[in-house]
Amino acid sequence: NMATLEKLYKQVENIKAIAEENRQKENEAAVRIQSWFRGCQVRAYVSLLHKNATSIQKIWHGLTARALFRQRVKTAYFITKMNFYNKMAVKIQQRWRGYYVRKYVHDYYARKRYLEGLTRKNKHIRRDLEEVAELQWKERERITLEKQEKEKNIQAQRLHFLLSTKQCLGVFNLPFRTEPDETELRLRKVRPLLVRSGPFRPALEVQQQRHRPLEPSLHIITSITALEEQYEGLMHTSTPFEQVAYGTKHFREEHKEYLKGKKPFKTVFTTCHVFDKFGRLYSSAGNIV
Amino acid sequence: KKNNLLHIHSCFLPCTNVLTLFGLGVMSLLRPLLLDAVPTIQQTAALALGRLANYNDDLAEAVVKGDILPQLVYSLAEQNRFYKKAAAFVLRAVAKHSPELAQAVVDCGALDALVISLEEFDPGVKEAAAWAISYIARHNAQLSQAVVDAGVVPLLVLCIQEPEIALKRVAASALSDIAKHSPELAQTVVDTGAIAHLAQMILNPDAKLKRQVFSALSQIAKHSVDVAEMVVEAEIFPAALVCLKDPDEYVRKNVTTLIREITKHTPELSQIIVNVGGVAAVIDYLGDSKGNVRLPGIMMLGYVATHSENLAMAVIVSKGVPQLAICLEEEQEDHIKAATAWAFGQIGRHTPEHAKAVAVANVFPKLLNLYLDTESSEDLQVKAKKALKSILQKCTYLPALEPLLYEAPSNILKHVICQFSKVLPHDSKARRLFVTSGGLKKVQEIKAEPGSAIQEYINAINNCYPEEIKTLKTKGH
Repeated sequence: NMATLEKLYKQVENIKAIAEENRQKENEAAVRIQSWFRGCQVRAYVSLLHKNATSIQKIWHGLTARALFRQRVKTAYFITKMNFYNKMAVKIQQRWRGYYVRKYVHDYYARKRYLEGLTRKNKHIRRDLEEVAELQWKERERITLEKQEKEKNIQAQRLHFLLSTKQCLGVFNLPFRTEPDETELRLRKVRPLLVRSGPFRPALEVQQQRHRPLEPSLHIITSITALEEQYEGLMHTSTPFEQVAYGTKHFREEHKEYLKGKKPFKTVFTTCHVFDKFGRLYSSAGNIV
Repeated sequence: KKNNLLHIHSCFLPCTNVLTLFGLGVMSLLRPLLLDAVPTIQQTAALALGRLANYNDDLAEAVVKGDILPQLVYSLAEQNRFYKKAAAFVLRAVAKHSPELAQAVVDCGALDALVISLEEFDPGVKEAAAWAISYIARHNAQLSQAVVDAGVVPLLVLCIQEPEIALKRVAASALSDIAKHSPELAQTVVDTGAIAHLAQMILNPDAKLKRQVFSALSQIAKHSVDVAEMVVEAEIFPAALVCLKDPDEYVRKNVTTLIREITKHTPELSQIIVNVGGVAAVIDYLGDSKGNVRLPGIMMLGYVATHSENLAMAVIVSKGVPQLAICLEEEQEDHIKAATAWAFGQIGRHTPEHAKAVAVANVFPKLLNLYLDTESSEDLQVKAKKALKSILQKCTYLPALEPLLYEAPSNILKHVICQFSKVLPHDSKARRLFVTSGGLKKVQEIKAEPGSAIQEYINAINNCYPEEIKTLKTKGH
């Protein structure tokens, strides 16, 4: 019994040793199996979670994408509409601008009217300028004609002595002519020249000279017999104041019998009157002195 | 002495004696006489010197070299008016020949003395001084600037307002000579208010005065837009147009020059002139005058037509084209013909209507002849060619283009054919006419390099016609 017990104990210990040997392995195997199983479980759980998450996310993505899509459709629609409107607006603006430019900026009819107005204005200006030129020409002609007339008149005045009289027909009124010459008619019309040689003094001076009172010089005032009438002899002389014979000797031949009864000559001296009327004479001839 | 001097004076009348007198050293004789005690001798000596210097420039140079000018300038300030007139005459006679002599006159300090003379009472002295100043300022811009710096311009403007006509004339001519060189000088003249006074004298009856006034206004107006606008604002139009009928030729020429200088600048100024009837007046002026004086009128029409198509149409409507055609016929001088060709080019280049108006006046053959004539000057040929080209590029009037087919050289022919190729495809009547008049035959005879522009045009023309007609033509029907 002990032997079997020992055998049994040995067998048990063998078994235990074997089991001990295999414990690790079996443990590991068991762990492995269990881990794999747990792994499967977890994987299944995780895949479930994944699937759920995916489907949630799917739905969510779909929502947001559809919202985006709707937005994009809206904007695309809006853009197409705006493009369309723009195109239509451009068409309208084109027409408007064309109309406006044709009517106001490059107005054909205004240009036509302007050119017509310009032609009229040109016509007026040309007419006015011609009138002015005509007037000026006429004026110049008139002046030259007047000048010629004046010259002819002056000529006629100078030749007034050629006027024909009843007795003697002048050169311009010859007998064979039917009517007198133009110069003859002019001679008849014109007054003869009064040749006055100037320069003449002013009228006032001439009047004054005419009515100037007589201012006779001393020489004129003294009477010719003043010596005899008024002269009283000097106290200191004894001889009478009369012509004394020059020199005591006479060299001339004297014929006393012819001179009998005759009185001696009386000489009357002219006084030297250069400065008598100095500055009071009418003529200005002597004023240089 | 006085008798001798008077004798010398009387010798001046026949000109050949002058040089013999000079050979006799008369200059050295005259110089001390300027310092003589008797005033009459001084005056006569100065007058004699002036006449010597006036005769030719060698004598004037001798006057300068003989150191006479400083003496004259010194005594200008002090002497009586006859001497001043004579001294100013000498200065004028010396300054007129060349810029160097004028510079010599200025260097002697003559300008200050002349300015003092301008302030005198006697109008004869002022006239002589103003004349001397105008001859000095005439030569170049520096001398003009020297004259302006001496303060002459306000005095000249005062002189213009004096009643004596001769003084007005000379003062206007002096202002014209000063203002003509540069825009700054013109601005200086304008700043003293000269334009208003010049504008008042436009209707003065004296012809020589009007010449100078218009010349002054045109020299002022030519420099810039602002000044030209100021001239127009002085309300000289339409009064100036009346002067276009003046009997004096140079008055008319100067008025036209003034109008040309104004229209040259901007379309607005040209528009003002056109609206006032200036174009019609100038065209009549072209009809009344002959020769060189037509040139400013022709250039004015060209300038007006250049600015815009409206203004070119205004020229056409005022009957400008027939008158220009007459000018082209009658004038012999090359520069006038060149100007007329240029004017035609400017008128016809805008639109087909303008080109038609030019074509109808039968101008193309004349322009072509001018271009091809070997005796025409370079300038004339170039202008005729340019004008032809620019008009042809817009011309759709076929009857006028046909004669050109036969006579034109290849560079002109290119444009003619180009125009045909543009018009014929659309106009059946024109096609018929083209065939019957023999134009198609001529076109087919033209040899052109394949691939060149002419060949394309010829092909375009040929394509307008069906085959039978083309073959008929080549058979010579």
